[in-house]
Amino acid sequence: MAAYNQSRSNSIRLVVIISFLVIVLQLVYLQLVDRRYKQLAMDNAVYAKVIYPERGIIYDRKGRAILNNTIIYDLLVTPAEVKGIDTLDFCRLMNIDTADFKRRIIEAIVKNTRVRPSVFKPMLTQELQARFEENSWKFPGFNLVERPLRIYPFNAAAHILGYVREADKRDIERSDNFYRQGDYIGKTGLEAFYEPVLMGQRGVQYMIKDNKNRIVGTYENGAYDTSAIAGRSLHTYIDIELQQLAEKLMSNKVGGIVAIDPRTGGILSMVSGPNYNPNDLSGSEGSKNFSRMQLDVSGPMLNRAIAGKYEPGSTYKPLGALIALNEKVISPSYGYPCGGRYTLCGHGKPECTHAGGGHAANVRLAIANSCNAYFAHIYRLTVDNPKYKNVYDGYLHWKQYMNAFGLGVRLGVDLPSESAGGIADTVVYNKENAGRWTSCTNLTLGIGQDKMQATPLQMANAMCIIANKGYYYTPHFVERIEDEQVYDTAYKNRYKIRHNVLTYIPAAAFNDVIEGMNDVVKVGTARGAQIEGIEVCAKTGTAENYTVLDGRRIKLPDNSMFVCFAPKENPKIAIAVFVQNAGFGATWAAPIARMMMEKYLNDSLSVRSKADSARIEAANLMPAYFKRLQYREDSIRAFKWFQTTRDSAYIDRYTRVGSAVTPLPVTPRSPRPIPTTKEKPAAMAVLSARSAIVKKEMLP
Amino acid sequence: MRHHNAAISKGIDWSLIWIYLALVLIGLAAIIAATYQEGDAFFQSLLAFKTDYSKQFYFLLIAFIVGFFILLTDSKFYPATANFWYVVGIVLLLLVFPFHSRIKGTESIIRIGAFNFQPAEFCKLFVALALAKYLSRPETNFNLPRAQLIAALVVLVPAAMAILQSETGLALVYFSFFMVMYREGLPAVIPALAISFALLIIASILIPPNLLALLLTVAVLLLIWFSRRQIRRRRQILTTLLFLWVIAVGIQRFAVPFIFEKLLQRHQVERIYNLFGKDNPYDPMQRVLSETEAKKKKESGSSYNVRQSKIAIGSGGFFGKGLLSATQTRYDFVPEQRTDFIFCTVGEGFGFAGSMLLLGLYLALLLKMISIAERQRSVFSRVYAYGVFSVFFFHVVVNVAMTIGLAPVIGIPLPFISYGGTSLLTFTMLLFVLIRVDADRQMVLR
Repeated sequence: MAAYNQSRSNSIRLVVIISFLVIVLQLVYLQLVDRRYKQLAMDNAVYAKVIYPERGIIYDRKGRAILNNTIIYDLLVTPAEVKGIDTLDFCRLMNIDTADFKRRIIEAIVKNTRVRPSVFKPMLTQELQARFEENSWKFPGFNLVERPLRIYPFNAAAHILGYVREADKRDIERSDNFYRQGDYIGKTGLEAFYEPVLMGQRGVQYMIKDNKNRIVGTYENGAYDTSAIAGRSLHTYIDIELQQLAEKLMSNKVGGIVAIDPRTGGILSMVSGPNYNPNDLSGSEGSKNFSRMQLDVSGPMLNRAIAGKYEPGSTYKPLGALIALNEKVISPSYGYPCGGRYTLCGHGKPECTHAGGGHAANVRLAIANSCNAYFAHIYRLTVDNPKYKNVYDGYLHWKQYMNAFGLGVRLGVDLPSESAGGIADTVVYNKENAGRWTSCTNLTLGIGQDKMQATPLQMANAMCIIANKGYYYTPHFVERIEDEQVYDTAYKNRYKIRHNVLTYIPAAAFNDVIEGMNDVVKVGTARGAQIEGIEVCAKTGTAENYTVLDGRRIKLPDNSMFVCFAPKENPKIAIAVFVQNAGFGATWAAPIARMMMEKYLNDSLSVRSKADSARIEAANLMPAYFKRLQYREDSIRAFKWFQTTRDSAYIDRYTRVGSAVTPLPVTPRSPRPIPTTKEKPAAMAVLSARSAIVKKEMLP
Repeated sequence: MRHHNAAISKGIDWSLIWIYLALVLIGLAAIIAATYQEGDAFFQSLLAFKTDYSKQFYFLLIAFIVGFFILLTDSKFYPATANFWYVVGIVLLLLVFPFHSRIKGTESIIRIGAFNFQPAEFCKLFVALALAKYLSRPETNFNLPRAQLIAALVVLVPAAMAILQSETGLALVYFSFFMVMYREGLPAVIPALAISFALLIIASILIPPNLLALLLTVAVLLLIWFSRRQIRRRRQILTTLLFLWVIAVGIQRFAVPFIFEKLLQRHQVERIYNLFGKDNPYDPMQRVLSETEAKKKKESGSSYNVRQSKIAIGSGGFFGKGLLSATQTRYDFVPEQRTDFIFCTVGEGFGFAGSMLLLGLYLALLLKMISIAERQRSVFSRVYAYGVFSVFFFHVVVNVAMTIGLAPVIGIPLPFISYGGTSLLTFTMLLFVLIRVDADRQMVLR
């Protein structure tokens, strides 16, 4: 019937075919032409899981691991899977209250949604971990994951070894995005310097994830995975027992100790006071301790052995003698008639502790007796040498010597943030003295003061140069890198070079100075540093120092310094000890150095040393003004906190009458107002109230 | 139906049955791929009626039984009861209003025990039968506007109800019956006008309103210029052209905003606009959002489905990733992937080759339906066959087109492939009734 519309069936067929054609064309485009979708699908569903290699281990010279790895556990929670658990029981187990429990669960949900695991409690203590493991069956949704942790089995060498922390934005930028959020990176010490060696090579494991970012399996059975390569270990020159002894002796003191083997440049021990236990920074309390130490005015995180700049004082004198001898401005038998003070510059300074005649009758005696006048004078002779055009020229030659001794330049130790110390250029003196100055202007350079600053490392290295009679190897910690690669030469080669900086100084000159330094111990200022059976060469130093506190310049106790090497023939150890604000060099620094030499050379302490070590360890020489400084810093911070947040929680401690019972070592005439902004009257009221109280406390 | 009973197998077109079997099995495989979890004991859970694929498996068994029984029936049954079924369908649709349960924003589902029952879905069959019945009446003269109007009403009443039940997608399916009417002699101008109307809407989405008005004016002026000779002979042409201009600009100016603002729901408008890569200008939020926020919203919003779907299909490549290695569909990146977006599973798992196979089956099915329709002696059978064809055509083309970003997302299933008992049963019944009446193609059914 009615076939008159039959032709229309063909148009319908046409519509069908065209529709299908359009679909097929789009499929051709999506599936065959446009490659983007493959990548998008990869991004969607494949998660590149980074496998972290184990970091390298650091060994001391006897092969003991002084920085090792361990595993600690994080407690993770997947909120969606937490069902029907006894919350109270759990809280009791974890030592938290239920409010805390709820807060953490909510945080987890906010951070990673309900279905993905997030950290409930990081870095469980061993006790908590054991407790949880016993009871874990009761708590679905909670599980432990391993996290590698650095441990320091000897609780020592914090400043040398350094620490790792999560890479921050700057690290990530600097590494060209090699590091990612959450990666650990060596921040200081050897951990930072040898980061590429220690970190190893990350592996990648491709995992399939679902629409909620949950991992559901491996991708292509791991065909594209790369395995992690463990970090390589470092073998160092450090003698961990010596290090522990030195740290013990440095406890409650400010300063630095460096002990170097002059034959190799290998650093045997390096201590900075105040010190900290490196394990405090890793582990569950790490962040807390980190911020506490950062706010500590005594600067426990500062490595004073490489970054502390001290006037070397009398410890400079052997160098001065060598320079003068080499410049032939004096002969070994040159004497200076010191009558207790140096008079040739007209102001009678510097003074000398000795007044007796002949205590500076020749170089050797002058060193042994540490005659200030003698060394001030030979400094003048050196820079005023007629060989040179003028004092400026002479000074520059002297400075060249100093730089050759490693002073005023960075040595290149294998630690980050080494200081160059400071030897002033003529520019500085020209500027200060309007271009007109003489050898009298900076006369005290001759006794290691004025604009001369050196780090303990530099002084220990200078001792190596003397011990070696003119050469040194750049001080360094790492003796060899495990499984050494070609590219490691970037690290290692510069430590293999013998720097013959001063070998042109005749051996005779060295011998005279070395004999003088030997006399220092035998008959001179540091008789306390004698060790039976070992010829020690040494020089004491005592330097005055001042600080500015509350707007006043106050004199602090002298810095106690001691440099030495031993034995006299074929020296095996060179040490520099700087103890801030302790007193005479012979009193504090010398015994510390002696005990270290005994420990290193004899492997044991003598009876006398054992007694001494107890005395020194017990002595608290932390400068008293730190307390006042800490109080000031803390209160200013509390005030700024109050200013910005209006939260008086911190400032209260300082404003409440009678609450701040900080013993104040100095009495400033007028407490200096803390810089403030003026637009906040409420803050000012608090401030003035605070000042009033401070004033009250100041008056006895 | 596997039994080769001589009585019932007589005249049966087996090619349709083979295509049917191939499609439902592909469908079951796709649902398994989309919902199978690693480590499931496969056969155990297939029989356990817990997982989706297990449910689909049982639905399939039911569909087979129903199909078999339909083949046992007498063809005369259908024209005889067509009107009755239509009334039943309307009553069921009305029952939805008081008894529906809210599931995923639709108001079209009645819940009976564990089963969800969607009358609007079943009604397609009843409408196809009723339309066939009406057009095959000896007294119906489809050249008369009255008959055309009644036929349109037969189709549009259930469509209107579906719209009232927030099932715009299903309602649109009913419009496909206009293809049947076109075949049966509906003046060609009506589909032409409908297409023009659709084009005008698309144009007003893509082109700023003032520019579009200007373009339309220019077009009409050009038309007048080129047909100036004819106009000189017949003034009426000019009037028609001017009338067309008024209508076009009127639609573009007033009807389109009315439709988008008042008639459609916001998410639907958004889907339409997203299809063309535009933001919905009728969304009041849109004016507040900054450009980047709007962009972000677009990425994550309603176009997320389409984006993920395109990623899944696009990442399949030529041969696909293999059924269970398809990452996108296996791990739930594509929402609704076992139902409306099931084509993704095929596209990702079997790639271009698999998609072509599936589309080839559908194309064969549709073309076969047209040729079956044209070989019928009775109008009832032909109209019904075209009805079945139209429904399948609309479902297949729109569903596949929306998964590959060619059509706006309207929630309609892919016949025989998508998960869902009602749709599987409906399509099975549609097809098997067709097979049944086709078996008696030499008879005149009234």
